[in-house]
Amino acid sequence: MIVNQFLVLAALLFSIGIYGVLVRRNAVLVLLSIELMLTAVNINLVAFGQYLQDALVSGQVFALFVITVAAAEVGIGLAIVILIFRNRSSANVDELDLLKW
Amino acid sequence: MVMLAAYSEGAAHLTDGGLLAQWAWLIPVVPLVLMFGIVFFGKRLPMKGWELAEAAMLFVAVYGVALLVMNASDGISYEGSVEIARIGSFTLEWGWVVDGLSIMMYAVVGVVGLAVFTYAKGYMKGDVRYTWFFAAFTMFAGAMLVLVSAPNLIQLVVGWELVGLASYLLIAHYWEDHANVVAGNKAFLVNKIADVGLFIGVIIIGVTVGSFRFSDILEAIADGDSALQQVAFWGGLALFIGAMGKSAQFPFHVWLPDAMAGPTPVSSLMHAATMVTAGVYLVGRMFPLFQTDGFAVDVKAIMMVVGALTLFLTGLIALVQDDIKKVLAYSTLSQLGYMVTAMGAGAYTAGLFHLFTHAFFKGLLFLCAGSVIHAVHSNNMSDMGGLRKAMPWTYRTFLIGSLALAGIFPLAGFWSKDEILASISYDSGHGGGTIATVVLGVAIAGAFITAFYMARAVYLTFFGEYKGHAHPHESPKVMTYPLIGLGVLSAVAGFANIPGIFTGFTQWLAARPQVMGDHHAESIDFVLAGIGLAVALLGIAAGTRLWKRDAATQQARDTFRIPVLYPVLANKYYLDDLYAKAVVDPIKGPIARFTNWTNTYVIDGVVNAFGAVSVFLSRIVYQGVDQRGIDLAFNAAASATGEAGDAVRYTTSGRIQQYAGGLFVGAVLLVVGFLIFT
Repeated sequence: MIVNQFLVLAALLFSIGIYGVLVRRNAVLVLLSIELMLTAVNINLVAFGQYLQDALVSGQVFALFVITVAAAEVGIGLAIVILIFRNRSSANVDELDLLKW
Repeated sequence: MVMLAAYSEGAAHLTDGGLLAQWAWLIPVVPLVLMFGIVFFGKRLPMKGWELAEAAMLFVAVYGVALLVMNASDGISYEGSVEIARIGSFTLEWGWVVDGLSIMMYAVVGVVGLAVFTYAKGYMKGDVRYTWFFAAFTMFAGAMLVLVSAPNLIQLVVGWELVGLASYLLIAHYWEDHANVVAGNKAFLVNKIADVGLFIGVIIIGVTVGSFRFSDILEAIADGDSALQQVAFWGGLALFIGAMGKSAQFPFHVWLPDAMAGPTPVSSLMHAATMVTAGVYLVGRMFPLFQTDGFAVDVKAIMMVVGALTLFLTGLIALVQDDIKKVLAYSTLSQLGYMVTAMGAGAYTAGLFHLFTHAFFKGLLFLCAGSVIHAVHSNNMSDMGGLRKAMPWTYRTFLIGSLALAGIFPLAGFWSKDEILASISYDSGHGGGTIATVVLGVAIAGAFITAFYMARAVYLTFFGEYKGHAHPHESPKVMTYPLIGLGVLSAVAGFANIPGIFTGFTQWLAARPQVMGDHHAESIDFVLAGIGLAVALLGIAAGTRLWKRDAATQQARDTFRIPVLYPVLANKYYLDDLYAKAVVDPIKGPIARFTNWTNTYVIDGVVNAFGAVSVFLSRIVYQGVDQRGIDLAFNAAASATGEAGDAVRYTTSGRIQQYAGGLFVGAVLLVVGFLIFT
């Protein structure tokens, strides 16, 4: 079995995710981009898990953990975004500079 | 009469006393711990600390009597110790001795202490420093127990000095009156002077033997250590001088009558069980040193003479005192003279037996005197008289105590005094020589004087007409019960040792690993006992003739003015004046002035010079090193940190995506670095 095609796919997805996180202004889209990065990682995990023929299928199991944590993270992230939107009527990441010096 | 160094083989069948002896270290420790309890929590307790003091004495009394009973059935000899410090080859130890001698002292201190502490609850009622009094009083008893339990000379000295300190605090208890403070100072200073002798003796003997433990020293004596033989006389004499101070022997006796300034329970305990018995105890503890040939046997003659002088001269002073407590104080001096004389005659048992019986009846007499003083608000017998109806229990117990002290059959004093007379008589035929014969005469004369002045005290206090102004009444039960208890003991304590019939006390005291080598009567010497009793009865008869009289002539006859003798006695042989002129005044005058001058100009000059140099140096240090050196470094470090912070604060832009970018770049750099460097 060849893993190259999976790795390329994962790298593409990860790069798109990075791009999204760094460039998009809307907080929801930033969260979505993070999900893309996590998906890329999951693809890698599953691909290597299959490739190495691990008896415990730890790659696949670990991917499931990541999906679970990602779900929780999105839940909290979206809750924060909604609260910020209610307070400032904007979900624009550029305007969230309350933490600066 | 047969005199034998009996029970010398007693060492063979001694037991170690088991758990009771192993835990006997509690005897001195419990009172001292409870003393701190009284100091810190006494005022918050319902009975203001008295209950802790009483508990301490109850513990000691029960423990002491339990040991005494066990010692009576089979002799105990046990010695435990804990190492505290080690200096070179010298080991400093804290220990506890449980043998016949110390057990007897534990029991006496505990039983008399229990009676006195109970009594003091009533006597000290309403005192401004009630709690403090019981703290010091408990310390007094605890210090004596430290002294008695000491297995080595060092611990003995510690107890010795603690007893001195506690007595100082208690004598000056009513310090609002300056005279009482002076009395406390006098007791402390006279004791200190004699203590120099004790220290010299301890150093001579301890250094020569190479150990301060009694067991080692007494073993060296038993082995005939030749190095110790050479210094034994001076060492023994120095120890005896220390004993003369605490046991108030002539000419160090001057502090004891003045010590009457303290509260009466203090006088009672001081004269009965603690403090003044310490000197006799020390001689008893070191007895083989004085008794074994080749060692300090010559000191015994000095002891006998000093004791005889004390018992006779102070007995005479008791005849002219008006203060009832001073009569008893001089009487104590006289009885201590008997004990020391007995020790000097080589009668270990007789001397300590008199200590034992004297503790009960003298403790009793002082408590009775306190009860009377409590009732009439005066120490002077010229303010008393006729009290036997108002204070029946005090009267009865005082009478028992007086008869016991006078040596009337069958009360306690008869047996112990007779044994002393028998011992001196024996000694006059066995090495004591002429001195012992003369001393025997003095001791018999002393018995007459004792009966004489006690008859006087009884008649002036309890007979005739009441001359005071207060309204006398019997003391509360908390005070009369201890009187009755001690009265019973004063009556029966003498039966502990009846030569030839029941020799319990002799055997109790013989329970020591070393042979004491003393002699004691195998049977009663009826002639000597008869003489002693006859002389005592004669004294009482003479006293009755002189002082039992109708109210009108009471005052006139008491003056008892024999032309030359009376002023000498009333002025206590001018000894206090001599000491004041010869010792105190030179010290207070030129020596004190010289010391003051030296202090002001020499010592203060040195101290001031040191101060000035210090100020100068500190100024240099402050202005040069501190301000310019150290502070500069700190300021530089602080401002550098501040500026660095200013410089980097702008990186905190608040832009989340900038942070995320930084994060990503950092992660990439880490991965690249990882790839390059592995």
